[in-house]
Amino acid sequence: MNDKTAITLTINGHDHAIEVEPRRTLVDAIREDCGQTGTHIGCEHGICGACTVIADGEPVRSCLMFAVQAAGKKIRTVEGLADGDKLHPMQQAFMDHHGLQCGFCTPGFLMLAVGALEREPDISDDDLIDVLSSNLCRCTGYQNIIKAVRAAAEVMRGK
Amino acid sequence: MTAPAKFVGRSVPRLEDRPLLTGQGRFAADISFAGQWCMRVVRSSAAHGKIKSIDVAAALKLPGVHAVWTAKDVADIPPIPFRLTGLKSLEPYRQPVLAKDVVRYVGEPVVLVFAEDAYTAEDAADLVSINIAGARATLTSTEQPGIFDGELNTEPDVVRKAYGDIDAAFRGAHAIVSLELSVGRHSGVPMECRGAIARYDEARDILEMHGAAKVPHWNRDTLAQMLGRKRESVQLFEGHVGGGFGIRGEIYPEDVLVCAAALKFRRPIKWIEDRREHLIAANHSRDQLHRVRAAIDAQGHILGIDDEFFHDNGAYMRTHAATVPDLAAAMLPGPYVVPDYRATGHIRLTNKTPCGTYRAPGRYESSFVRERLLDAIAARVGVDKVEIRRRNLIGKSAMPYRLGLETLGTDIVYDSGDYAALLNKTLARADWKNLQAQLLMRRAAGEKVGCGVAMFVEKSGLGPFDTVKIEAKSDGSIEVITGVASLGQGVETAIAQICADALGENYNNIKVIHGQTDRIDKGMGAFSSRVTVMCGEATRLAATKLRAELLEIAAVLMQTKAILLDIVDGQIVLLDRSSGPSLPLAELARQHPGGLAAEATFESTHMVYPYGVHVAAVRIDTDTGAVAIERYVIGYDVGKAVNPKLVEGQIAGGLAQGIGGALLEEFCYDENGEPLSVTFADYLMPTAREIPELSILITEDAPSPLNPLGLKGAGEGGANPVGAAIASAIDDALGLPGAITQLPVSPRRLKEICKRT
Repeated sequence: MNDKTAITLTINGHDHAIEVEPRRTLVDAIREDCGQTGTHIGCEHGICGACTVIADGEPVRSCLMFAVQAAGKKIRTVEGLADGDKLHPMQQAFMDHHGLQCGFCTPGFLMLAVGALEREPDISDDDLIDVLSSNLCRCTGYQNIIKAVRAAAEVMRGK
Repeated sequence: MTAPAKFVGRSVPRLEDRPLLTGQGRFAADISFAGQWCMRVVRSSAAHGKIKSIDVAAALKLPGVHAVWTAKDVADIPPIPFRLTGLKSLEPYRQPVLAKDVVRYVGEPVVLVFAEDAYTAEDAADLVSINIAGARATLTSTEQPGIFDGELNTEPDVVRKAYGDIDAAFRGAHAIVSLELSVGRHSGVPMECRGAIARYDEARDILEMHGAAKVPHWNRDTLAQMLGRKRESVQLFEGHVGGGFGIRGEIYPEDVLVCAAALKFRRPIKWIEDRREHLIAANHSRDQLHRVRAAIDAQGHILGIDDEFFHDNGAYMRTHAATVPDLAAAMLPGPYVVPDYRATGHIRLTNKTPCGTYRAPGRYESSFVRERLLDAIAARVGVDKVEIRRRNLIGKSAMPYRLGLETLGTDIVYDSGDYAALLNKTLARADWKNLQAQLLMRRAAGEKVGCGVAMFVEKSGLGPFDTVKIEAKSDGSIEVITGVASLGQGVETAIAQICADALGENYNNIKVIHGQTDRIDKGMGAFSSRVTVMCGEATRLAATKLRAELLEIAAVLMQTKAILLDIVDGQIVLLDRSSGPSLPLAELARQHPGGLAAEATFESTHMVYPYGVHVAAVRIDTDTGAVAIERYVIGYDVGKAVNPKLVEGQIAGGLAQGIGGALLEEFCYDENGEPLSVTFADYLMPTAREIPELSILITEDAPSPLNPLGLKGAGEGGANPVGAAIASAIDDALGLPGAITQLPVSPRRLKEICKRT
């Protein structure tokens, strides 16, 4: 069980050569082995979505994936969203619409929404709310998150 | 002279957001120190029983395990003391940091494992064997009190609050309305689980704890006392905190244990809670059953209210002691004239997770009770639910209104308010008449739709003091050092806005420090919706003082008089804006490094009382028992909103939690005391699907006379009467006044009600 495997995780375009036990979750590897603590752990059973990252273009729960399964995939985390000092339209929209309070669930919501909109830019409002209902937030009551994502969707479509 | 408000009252963007949006936050789990050991808590798997033996041999043999502790390793650490409402009678019921002979709830800490990393610690924890001889578990608060320990029984005390002559009120009553009502076991459940990282710096003899929240100064003093250290030799550091809601940041056993271990092993000790632990070990709340009676006259005026209630506090008395039942009893009368009143609150211990406060503690419960009672009175007298409230409201001319009760060491005096006006405004916002007409038509067409209304008085701004130091730094920035804390509510922005106006600086050049015990000696922290009121006014006072100092110094340099100068956007200018030199604050600060600072303290012996109205419209599916909230309107008078967008954020977040408690959330146990709500698949919190679009009306009709800005706190009014408003709406939809007597109204419960009728 404790034998470690050498893998390379590609996070936001940077390769991290690490050695992990087969049982190590992707989120623990991202946070502890690669030092990217922007991805958060909220439940470790795949419900809250705080640990959502984008792997090969798809939003995934990084607590439900083993690190070894993510080797070779292109992983994107919240740290890679902004372009230098310029916030991603989704980040900007969360700020403009007060879509965050404590900020703990925020990276997960950002990656969930960005991943969903990149895959389906013209997503219907009803489907969008379905997507957003897959993550939990305890501070905002969601309405400002929904407003922010709608606003960011327009900006992203306009690109 | 102070410049007119440029920032207070405006929805400026938050200063907190950027690091949180870019993954640069520093939450508890993000903090690590070289050479740290990870701590894992082995918890009781039995609800009640005697510890016969503990076998840790296998755990100790596991490579990477450094140590294992049981109660005997922490025998010299006393139980955790009370922070609020600490009755002497409750002291024998405090929680030990590790269970010694008896376990009293599933999740109670019994053994600690210290290992190289978290995975190894968890492996080793699985190898610890705790042999418990099970005893009967007490799971209801209404049964006859049993034995807690020796002579002590499971009713540690009874909260009694009363004024007037309640018996006379009932003797003279035209009618008596009686109800039995209960509110389930809920909790704040912040998205970040708890965490604590302690390290001991032997060279300086300083013990540090990172991951502090809510009340770092009180916790610092308490940890120092419990560990036998000087208070100056313990420092607490708050990073980002992933939500509080009352439960986060109180001292729990784990906080004490990481500190004790860091001192013992001379190693940084890191403990991060997992979600299952959180749901069984962090404070629960609510869980009250009320038997309430109202004496009324023929028109439905309340003559007296007599409430007996049972508060299930779980297995121990934690830091909040009697706070929650005390607040339930003290705040039950709400916005109505209640000439005679008596509340009798039985504090009962059971074999469940111990309890503390959760957003609108005691008031979510007592607002449910009071507003259900008002609806029942309306039904009895045969008037509608708005009219019955109008008849009983305390009038504007009665303000300030001395209730005749006390709580949290203060007399309850409603400082200001125009309850009837807010009712009218909120009903207008909800388009109440049209709403009712539409619902009537839809009901006639067979739909189960209805609307409800609930009113409440909140409390906020608990003193006794807050101190703030403000310094003009040599880099041109302004630093505001406070003793409060941030749980995500926007403290840095709101305090910066207040400072900006009082000083004449831009709010985004102001850095607000909070939660750092090494930066300011005393602090009260963040609870009871107190920060904007108490720290806000202390900030205004300190900034006003600093402004005067700066102008005096500048006057000499600018060869003029201080009264002819003003500060605008960080520039000291001539008041009449005539030509002539201006002096940047930054330049002044560079010339006086470390020398430009002011400190002020705001003291207050009374709380301030915001008030509100909630209107809910619901649709029921009788087949599934589901309740869809179609419309929700909240009117809330906060005296003065420093940042309306942040106030709305507080209200919206509170509403979501209130809806959770009204329809979804409940900690359930089986007949042996085994917790059944141990994942987010069992403890159901609302998602984006369940929360309706919300219409929020913030009013400033009744500024508080107790502080110059007129501030009242806004943190809890979103949650307070949600259970009451939704219950009222469901009654209406079913056409059954008084149908809802228990929260949450789960689909199963609602289907049973539908079946019965």
